[in-house]
Amino acid sequence: MHPDVIIIGGGLHGLSAALHLCRAGFRPLVLEKDYPGRHASGVNAGGVRRLGRHFAEVPLSVEALELWHQMPDLVDDDCGFSPCGQMLIAETDKELAGLKSRVRDLAKLGFDHEKIVDARQLRSIVPALSAHCAGGIWCAEDGAANPYRTVSAFHRKVLASGGRVEAETAVTGIKRAAGGWIVETTRGSHQAAVLVNTAGAWGGKVAQMIGDFAPVDPQAPMLMITERIEPFLTPVVGSAGRVLSFKQFDNGTVLIGGGHRGRAVPDDNITALDFTGLRTSAQTVRALFPQLAGLRIVRAWAGIEAVMPDAIPVIGPSVAEDNAFHAFGFSAHGFQLGPIVGRLIAELVDTGACSLPIEPFRINRFNDPATGLS
Amino acid sequence: MTGRVQLAVIGAGPAGMAAAVEAANCGASVVLIDEQPAPGGQIYRAITSAARPGKAILGDDYENGAKLTDTLAASTVDHWTATTVWQVTPEREIYMTRDGASHRITADAIVIANGATERPMPFPGWTLPGVMTAGAGQILLKTAGLVPQAGLVLAGSGPLLFLIAAQYLRAGGAIEALVETTPRSNYRTALRHLPGALRTPGYLRKGLGLLAELRKHKVRHVKTATRLQAVGDGRLQALRFSRAGRQHEIACTTLMLHIGVVPNVQITRALNLPHDWDALQRCWRPRRDADGATELDGIFLAGDGAGIGGAVVAELEGRIAGLASARALGTLETGKAEARLAAERSRLAQEMAPRPFLDALYAPSPEFLAPPDDTIVCRCEEVTAGQIRSYVGLGCIGPNQTKSFGRSGMGPCQGRLCGLTVSEIIASETARPMAEVGYYRIRPPIKPVTLGELAALHDDQAAAADRSLENAS
Ligand SMILES: Cc1cc2nc3c(=O)[nH]c(=O)nc-3n(C[C@H](O)[C@H](O)[C@H](O)COP(=O)(O)OP(=O)(O)OC[C@H]3O[C@@H](n4cnc5c(N)ncnc54)[C@H](O)[C@@H]3O)c2cc1C
Ligand SMILES: Cc1cc2nc3c(=O)[nH]c(=O)nc-3n(C[C@H](O)[C@H](O)[C@H](O)COP(=O)(O)OP(=O)(O)OC[C@H]3O[C@@H](n4cnc5c(N)ncnc54)[C@H](O)[C@@H]3O)c2cc1C
Repeated sequence: MHPDVIIIGGGLHGLSAALHLCRAGFRPLVLEKDYPGRHASGVNAGGVRRLGRHFAEVPLSVEALELWHQMPDLVDDDCGFSPCGQMLIAETDKELAGLKSRVRDLAKLGFDHEKIVDARQLRSIVPALSAHCAGGIWCAEDGAANPYRTVSAFHRKVLASGGRVEAETAVTGIKRAAGGWIVETTRGSHQAAVLVNTAGAWGGKVAQMIGDFAPVDPQAPMLMITERIEPFLTPVVGSAGRVLSFKQFDNGTVLIGGGHRGRAVPDDNITALDFTGLRTSAQTVRALFPQLAGLRIVRAWAGIEAVMPDAIPVIGPSVAEDNAFHAFGFSAHGFQLGPIVGRLIAELVDTGACSLPIEPFRINRFNDPATGLS
Repeated sequence: MTGRVQLAVIGAGPAGMAAAVEAANCGASVVLIDEQPAPGGQIYRAITSAARPGKAILGDDYENGAKLTDTLAASTVDHWTATTVWQVTPEREIYMTRDGASHRITADAIVIANGATERPMPFPGWTLPGVMTAGAGQILLKTAGLVPQAGLVLAGSGPLLFLIAAQYLRAGGAIEALVETTPRSNYRTALRHLPGALRTPGYLRKGLGLLAELRKHKVRHVKTATRLQAVGDGRLQALRFSRAGRQHEIACTTLMLHIGVVPNVQITRALNLPHDWDALQRCWRPRRDADGATELDGIFLAGDGAGIGGAVVAELEGRIAGLASARALGTLETGKAEARLAAERSRLAQEMAPRPFLDALYAPSPEFLAPPDDTIVCRCEEVTAGQIRSYVGLGCIGPNQTKSFGRSGMGPCQGRLCGLTVSEIIASETARPMAEVGYYRIRPPIKPVTLGELAALHDDQAAAADRSLENAS
């Protein structure tokens, strides 16, 4: 039996789209060139964060968090999600003033999930923090999940719901056919009426096969993890003035991330770390948690992630062709959005309409240098 | 310790010392980096130390190391001791820690001579306190003259096991038993290679000499033992095993294990170099040509880190890599290099003659390659062989996915102690060749580094960045 929808890319977004399509009665096929979760979706920091998002993403992110809190209903597994809270710290009064103005602007849009905390409240939530910090934004219901476990749970649920997933199958070409699409892969070709492009850092290439243009910059966000130590930190901690995301797991290890980027070679599935960037992360941790200087780093790695020029994703229909949809370019914060964007894609495929505002994410917001058109 | 160097050699064992001296004598400027406080590597560990045991205990081969350390001392090589390398990049950057800070240098050429590690020998109970590797025991002997006085059992197979037993006996230690696990079938397979091995008979003569020492001390020598199990209540109390269908138990307080050594591939893996599966030695070998050159420009390999050959082979390979890197750096003329390389290569071939015999005889027993379900495989995260098998049942197809299923290989040892075993179990469960199953992707740092040490990373670029930050603020 032919699938009715072919999804290119078996990361969290591809699997989530597949799952929501199954729930809407479709029989999707996911094609993944490596294995599900091999890239960004399986190796990210697991941060489930509404805090600090681009305003365009906020409605999606707020809805996504509802799904995270009910994850077992969706995929029969909590995906390791724990609502441990997320804190964005301000080290100076000036930084804190910036955060306050952000929270006010957000309130004008009708969102009140970000709360300002003063230095004393900050210290009661993050007692291990260096004493100089001025305050921050607290999102108590945000948290963190286990990325690979999440991908695995979505994968299993797709299979249990009648969808198919083919690993080690790379899409090499896309052609129009009567009533739909022919998709050529390294292991034979497939036909379907509808295409979904969730190819992550390779999303620009797949978009091009369809006839759309998107300037994806494949980047390599880096993470480090330490040996185990006694519990000292519950929430995920970020910083307004420095690039940092910081989290202690239940097993005692500490994950150190933040925006520093290595080098990505997407054609070879390779990433190279940049130790000058990791050094800055280590210095940040030393400044905020001086007592951790002697902690041993046991592993550092990077994942290949699609970053867009405006740091928000592409979500929506193709402009070149009918019956093709995109969801990629999550610019280093797409894990949290996984459960909701899949639902929006399923709505688009099913009804052509979408229950949340996705206009800011349209693919034709970029100028195609080849045609000069946008 | 910053900036650019001409040749950096990683590891000051026989391979690294020979490479460094050879290249320096050709006029190259060379730094030799090793985490140990003194040169020598595994075999010649502590050779320059006054406190170490003498020749009567450690033997003639050990004393040979003094020649190498003497030539090293007389050379222009700059030896950085107590310096741990934790990352090497294809662009030939080397990251290391020393005295609480990290350093980065860039080399025009690198010889990686980081040696072997002992093959893990997992079986039920091998993680009990009181069980250690024979190599760890030997380190205590070489560096501190420590010898257990009672309750010592050695188990496993391979020439090094016999050597260490003999060194213990000479040092006045008592051995309750040596329990050999070499399968009977190995003897038959090895016999075919005996004529080749007799071309360089020194190795066999030494082996027979060690066996004679065991007999002279009336050490109980059990052969073809299977189904090993270490037992004890919170601490080792006895070794159990089967032999010829019967169960045996030997009480002991210290159990030293050894089933051979395998190349330490953490650096070459982190470099993404291709590795070939050696089906006889059952280990990975980083690919290199006859000069030790890899597919990465300017990166050479030598010694047991590239393939197990022992100390003499390591020294010859070190010389070859030293000459080849000097040629690549332009400090040794191509014509001269060729003549000298040819001479070293023919000596190397002679030294390699006994390998097929030794490799066949001491091929590890399958029982330790894919151990029983209740054996802990990943010691850092306490993952058992049975758990790995259950992940395969859930669709796990390779070692990297076991990390996500159950964190195996994700602890501080970076998979050094479980990497081979996890891949072997997956290969046997899925009936796929090892070359297809592959190995863990090795993530830096290949040796743990503290946040403070990383925060204090010194290098020219970083210093420039610091200055611009200061100007900005
Ligand atoms: C280190 C790191 C930390 C991060 N931390 C967080 C965080 O804390 N919170 C958060 O919300 N987000 C985080 N992110 C971002 C998040 O991981 C990504 O935005 C998200 O996983 C993107 O999912 P995806 O499905 O679009 O992409 P991917 O997971 O990359 O999946 C795309 C898949 O498409 C496949 N593919 C590509 N081309 C083809 C083809 N031609 N044929 C077949 N298959 C193809 C690829 O193999 C890949 O598996 C982080 C990212 C990284 C790298
Ligand atoms: C535990 C053990 C004991 C052994 N004992 C003997 C013996 O007694 N007799 C014998 O004939 N053979 C012995 N061997 C076999 C040994 O591998 C060879 O005989 C010989 O030492 C190989 O020489 P090499 O120069 O290739 O490596 P090695 O002699 O192992 O030298 C490698 C050197 O690299 C250094 N190194 C490794 N990684 C790093 C890093 N990341 N940063 C800085 N430095 C690093 C090590 O400290 C070491 O000094 C032993 C092997 C092992 C593993």
